[in-house]
Amino acid sequence: MTLPRDKSLYKGVWVFLEARQGTLRDVSLQLLGEARRLADLRGTDVSGVLPGHAVEPLAREAIEYGADRVYLVEDPRLASYRSRPYTKVMASLIERHRPEIVLFGATKNGRDLGGRLHAVLETGLAADCVKFEIDKDGNLDMIRPSFGGKSLAHILCKQHRPQMASARPNVFPKPPRKPGRTGEILPEAVPFTEKDFDTTIATFEERRTGQEAKIEEARIVVSGGYGLRDPKNFKMLEELAAELGGAVGASRKAVDAGWVPKAYQVGQTGKTVRPKLYIAVGISGAVQHLAGMQESEKIVAVNLDHKASIFEIADYGIVGDLFQIVPEMVRQIRERKAHRAVSVATR
Amino acid sequence: MPEPKGPRSIVCIKQVPKAQELQVDPVTNTLKRVGVPSEINPPDRNALEMALQIKDKHGGEVFVVTMGPPVFTAALEEALAMGCDRAFLLTDRLLGGSDTVPTAYALSEVILKIGGYDLVFCGEETTDASTGHVGPGIAGHLDCAQITYCSEAELLGDRVRARRAVEDGFETWECPLPCVITVNFLSSQPRPESLTGKIRVKRGGLITTWSCADVGIDPNKVGIRNSPTIVAKVDTVVLPDRKAKIFRGDPKEAVANLLDAMVADGVIAP
Ligand SMILES: Cc1cc2nc3c(=O)[nH]c(=O)nc-3n(C[C@H](O)[C@H](O)[C@H](O)COP(=O)(O)OP(=O)(O)OC[C@H]3O[C@@H](n4cnc5c(N)ncnc54)[C@H](O)[C@@H]3O)c2cc1C
Ligand SMILES: Nc1ncnc2c1ncn2[C@@H]1O[C@H](COP(=O)(O)O)[C@@H](O)[C@H]1O
Repeated sequence: MTLPRDKSLYKGVWVFLEARQGTLRDVSLQLLGEARRLADLRGTDVSGVLPGHAVEPLAREAIEYGADRVYLVEDPRLASYRSRPYTKVMASLIERHRPEIVLFGATKNGRDLGGRLHAVLETGLAADCVKFEIDKDGNLDMIRPSFGGKSLAHILCKQHRPQMASARPNVFPKPPRKPGRTGEILPEAVPFTEKDFDTTIATFEERRTGQEAKIEEARIVVSGGYGLRDPKNFKMLEELAAELGGAVGASRKAVDAGWVPKAYQVGQTGKTVRPKLYIAVGISGAVQHLAGMQESEKIVAVNLDHKASIFEIADYGIVGDLFQIVPEMVRQIRERKAHRAVSVATR
Repeated sequence: MPEPKGPRSIVCIKQVPKAQELQVDPVTNTLKRVGVPSEINPPDRNALEMALQIKDKHGGEVFVVTMGPPVFTAALEEALAMGCDRAFLLTDRLLGGSDTVPTAYALSEVILKIGGYDLVFCGEETTDASTGHVGPGIAGHLDCAQITYCSEAELLGDRVRARRAVEDGFETWECPLPCVITVNFLSSQPRPESLTGKIRVKRGGLITTWSCADVGIDPNKVGIRNSPTIVAKVDTVVLPDRKAKIFRGDPKEAVANLLDAMVADGVIAP
């Protein structure tokens, strides 16, 4: 597909609205807020693109969160995300309406879609952005961590349009919802072929977290790594987290071992957390893990190996066996609490 | 030559600097890249392993492809020693500074030039660029099916079924061949190089080196000039200098000292 190169033909900021099991992903709503800010800077408006089946109520929701218009592509075959038909939706609408900027949530599906789409359109796509600016020439400055968060790269797409980027979940705040806010809902037709649907989704196994507090909102996060050796040992971390009023997280190696759900994962391909206190237990401190927690206010590391990289970014550390240290921490914190309760009671 | 039985897999691998060794130069505040040892991008090893397992089960052959400077030969040799049948190096000055658009285009042209493929494997993302866009980009150029973020794949006749990890669980996708599959890091234990593999590499003749012209790659579609994106600048992230207070020895004492220190610093309530 060849899009015209004349940049003046492109207007508007778009957000790919990702529906999942009847709801819009939080990151899509967060991006509507950021899109609004960018649209104001560019003197233009915000559109959402919503492919799906029976998703019109979600289009109205997107408008209440700030979209001026939603392009709606409804088809029973679009009920679940699939690469080829979703790429065709985006490519067709982009060719038809020529947005200047297109934003995606950096979810698995968002990256799957963006990666295919940018090759088909032959335009730029920056992954995993954490910040956007408009530069003096009116280009979108797409800012993303590189090298495991050791630096921030500014990516520009100067000659090609649209400028496309994916953004990490939870870096932009969700804008306030304005019930009753109005906008246009424009149904669009896309010329699908049979081949577009040659991929089928045979099964979906849901893995729920079971934990109340979300790690990205928790003030204290206690994370476990491969050093925990067995999923049942996460019980220890839950106890410690409960004593401190925190939530439990994990390294990717613990997640990929199947010990805890993906939602627990901290790091480059997991969540970014900035709690007041981050306790890393049995985690070696690979750059990809640090990328997700290095901005925590205080960091405690517990590791057998005094040379583990995690100690390099820790404020406090215990070199020792987590199977002795963690239960001891739980015991002493309880003891201190009990003592405090007694001293308050006897005052 | 008789047609080989079984599927042909093509694995795209990249050689990357070892992530753990990248350090910010305290004087210039830029990343020190020279002299940093390199390795096969870790998820690409899992991609190789997945392709080799399919060959173990169904026969056929596994080819490995990389685009980069001649030093990337080291990565190809390692992949060959793991059990790949042939390797292709696309190397050309014209390719310098390519972003994911030309990279995906050039790799898809190499795949077409090889002629015939059933499966293309990529890693989920690289540790140096970390976009994960090249795999789906190749699928876009080839106009074939894609399944990303896979931990398992199985061949069912002329279809492939793969288990894909998403945020809230696992999906199983099924599609006809040919298909591009991107493979998750840690999804398998990649096999080591074998001795016979190393000997085969030593004997030589397994690596084909191509330039853009050899493949028929359009010079106006690759390289820094034809890449939609540029890195305009890089800011170093300055993290607080944390002077770790380290406790060791008797667990009871160590924990007591830790908690006392944290109370003294106001991190936790007394
Ligand atoms: C593309 C890509 C993306 C990635 N994304 C992420 C990500 O988002 N998040 C992430 O975490 N990782 C990510 N990784 C993986 C990362 O590189 C590391 O492999 C991973 O973080 C290691 O996990 P770990 O520290 O739990 O395990 P290990 O590195 O195996 O460390 C285990 C630690 O436990 C210690 N230990 C063992 N026994 C004990 C004991 N009894 N008491 C105390 N300590 C003990 C050991 O000394 C060791 O330091 C990614 C990698 C790649 C290639
Ligand atoms: N230069 C390259 N040569 C061969 N394969 C590559 C190259 N760059 C990226 N890939 C493949 O594409 C995957 C994703 O890379 P990236 O999009 O850069 O994160 C990698 O894991 C490789 O399988």
